[in-house]
Amino acid sequence: MWAFLGSECLFFGALISTYLLYRGRSAEGPLPSDVYDIPFTSVSSFVLLMSSLAMVLAVAAIYRGDERRMRIWLTTTALLGMVFVGGQVFEFTEFVRQGLKLDTNLFGSSFFVLTGFHGAHVTAGVLWLLSLVGYSLRRGIGPEKAIAVDVAGLYWHFVDVVWIVIFTVVYLVPQ
Amino acid sequence: MTMQLEHIGESDSSHHPAPSAYVGVAAILAIVTAAEIGLYYVSNVDAWLITVSLLVLMAIKFFLVAMWFMHLRFETQVFRRLFYGGLALAVAAYAVVLGASHVFPFWA
Repeated sequence: MWAFLGSECLFFGALISTYLLYRGRSAEGPLPSDVYDIPFTSVSSFVLLMSSLAMVLAVAAIYRGDERRMRIWLTTTALLGMVFVGGQVFEFTEFVRQGLKLDTNLFGSSFFVLTGFHGAHVTAGVLWLLSLVGYSLRRGIGPEKAIAVDVAGLYWHFVDVVWIVIFTVVYLVPQ
Repeated sequence: MTMQLEHIGESDSSHHPAPSAYVGVAAILAIVTAAEIGLYYVSNVDAWLITVSLLVLMAIKFFLVAMWFMHLRFETQVFRRLFYGGLALAVAAYAVVLGASHVFPFWA
């Protein structure tokens, strides 16, 4: 998983670099200042941060042998992840409503590709976590299999770390 | 290196902090996030200073999550090298590309 995450650093690095390369070079709007809703995105960011807390508590629970609490925290993580993805979907539809689409300008294409891929990673993570919950309910996960939850946790935290970078570089840094 | 590889996959609860430690880290992350958002609304300061401050706060959050939530501080060195190696390669490669494309105002 660490090797995979190392390669994911390169992948998201490419997408973030492309966004930075195209920043301020769109010939026409809408531009970031026209569409960004920082308070809304801040709430989304907080939700994803708290999902990381829930995930690490799930991992801690299974290492203690508390499978029931692990399931609770895994489900909480997945729910918070779904809330985040729902927020992203809402944000995307709002941007489209305001005239920003994938092919509108450089900002649109780089923004949607970057955040879209991130959202896809979060979605995959949610499905992974829910499958772990299902496996736990059907066959059980004991401390000897805790590494499976730990690996899922690494993926989830990495997705959160990528959003930490995206939120700052894409949304907060002055244009 | 061989001994480290032999222990890959073994679950070890002794390296995991108490849940209260994770809650504490999450509280710090929330405070730093609030500070970042507050910086966004500051208007009387040069943009470069705000940018640098935001990047510093971002780095703090990045390493807090990596070291504590991802347990990087408790992992064997081979995993730390894999992650930091990929990260360093990505940052270096893209910094050069962005610098050559005149994205950074200080690197004309």
